[in-house]
Amino acid sequence: MQIDVKQLSERVRNGHAGSLARLISLIENAEPQAVEVLETLEDRRGSAQIIGITGPPGSGKSTLTNRLVGALRDRGETVGVLAVDPSSTFTGGALLGDRTRMQSLATDPGVYIRSMGTRGSLGGLSRAVFDAITAVEGSGKTHILVETVGVGQSEIEIASIADTVLVLFVPGLGDDIQAIKAGITEIGDIFVVNKADLKGASRIKTILENNLELEPTNGDWKPPVMLVSAETGDGLAELVHKMDCHFRTLSESGRLHERRKRRHQGEVVAILQRCLADRIANFYDKQSEKKDVDVEKPRAVANAIWESLTDLEDGGE
Amino acid sequence: MSDRRIRVLIAKPGLDGHDRGAKVLARAMRDAGFEVIYTGLRQSPEQIVNAAVQEDVDVIGLSILSGAHNHLFPKIMELLEEQEASDVLVIAGGVIPEQDIETLREIGVSRVFTPGTSTQEAIQYIEEQVGGSDACKST
Ligand SMILES: Nc1nc2c(ncn2[C@@H]2O[C@H](COP(=O)(O)OP(=O)(O)OP(=O)(O)O)[C@@H](O)[C@H]2O)c(=O)[nH]1
Ligand SMILES: [Mg+2]
Repeated sequence: MQIDVKQLSERVRNGHAGSLARLISLIENAEPQAVEVLETLEDRRGSAQIIGITGPPGSGKSTLTNRLVGALRDRGETVGVLAVDPSSTFTGGALLGDRTRMQSLATDPGVYIRSMGTRGSLGGLSRAVFDAITAVEGSGKTHILVETVGVGQSEIEIASIADTVLVLFVPGLGDDIQAIKAGITEIGDIFVVNKADLKGASRIKTILENNLELEPTNGDWKPPVMLVSAETGDGLAELVHKMDCHFRTLSESGRLHERRKRRHQGEVVAILQRCLADRIANFYDKQSEKKDVDVEKPRAVANAIWESLTDLEDGGE
Repeated sequence: MSDRRIRVLIAKPGLDGHDRGAKVLARAMRDAGFEVIYTGLRQSPEQIVNAAVQEDVDVIGLSILSGAHNHLFPKIMELLEEQEASDVLVIAGGVIPEQDIETLREIGVSRVFTPGTSTQEAIQYIEEQVGGSDACKST
């Protein structure tokens, strides 16, 4: 595929939806030109506020995203949405249905929505999501909402990308205590009990609040638990207000910089992991061509390969 | 080191409220390794085309029952052209009378699948037209 890097970059910067879409495809397809275009957009990194939205399947993440985008648009912000769903491990295919809840946004030129499968990244966030965020920032959007389903690792990873993380709960998810997965209370900046129009919402809120009491406080921010109905819109204005408060607190305390550094670290590590994995696989192939590797001894072979690669010591000392 | 996937947008324009057929097809396509973006019922041509552009799909699959194809399809093709997305393959499925199929093909709908077509046939057609999900294929 012939790509004019300069032209594509210009058009993305001008907010041209088709060009941003094409760039994200290049990223997803791991085409080398993607890196070239991304490098031209790096001056815009950090220009958007990144909001992660995670929670169990069917908890209303997309419905809430639709509402939040509406609220942000009402005050003139421009918004990118990345809706990430798991790809099948066997076929690599994916059914991406989040747009069904966001139909009314499809004709708004100030909104860009992209559905992404996780593709190769085992149960976690697509490696491409990091780069897609840079692409959307490059297009000049002021806010980026990333929806990920809260199973496996993706919710932990979202915390390493987003400035503000919303974690959704819903009433009626079986055993109340079980519903609060270990670790989940550590990653949320705001906890949303969605479907508050249904019975049992305030009970979940109380249980969550009791759980949060036990967490060590994270500096100057105490994660609130909010009752919201994405369906009716109840509690939405309060939620948006809290999101603003959180972002302001982050900015004022200097912790925003910390978060962004964490995102940066995640990206650097992800890039290196990929290079290293490729290099190791190559090395293995070469070695096994030269001599028979002992297939019964994966650990010994791995150790031998590791020793012949560069030593990476902590902090490079 | 390319990792290409066929991306398909499944949309249901018009006013009728059944999407069972579209959902069956969407699932079969996922199982064939496609990334299927499902956009739901009652889509306007503007919504469909904007979604197709933002999602950078290779294919738009339109499922239709209500006989509204005669004005919806020309509008969709026109908007695709306007948004520099005429290279997207447009296919349709549903109850569409024989004489209308010819008209649809003339305005650029690449293939019309009538009821009774197997999902495999549609999948195979797409693979032939836009290339498999294999890493070595390119557009
Ligand atoms: N009663 C009620 N239903 C809701 C509310 N929010 C969402 N729903 C419904 O819950 C269902 C799932 O909503 P989605 O927004 O698709 O949920 P999701 O978390 O994005 O789902 P996945 O992406 O599939 O994990 C839909 O039928 C919504 O209409 C709410 O506040 N109250
Ligand atoms: Mg969703």
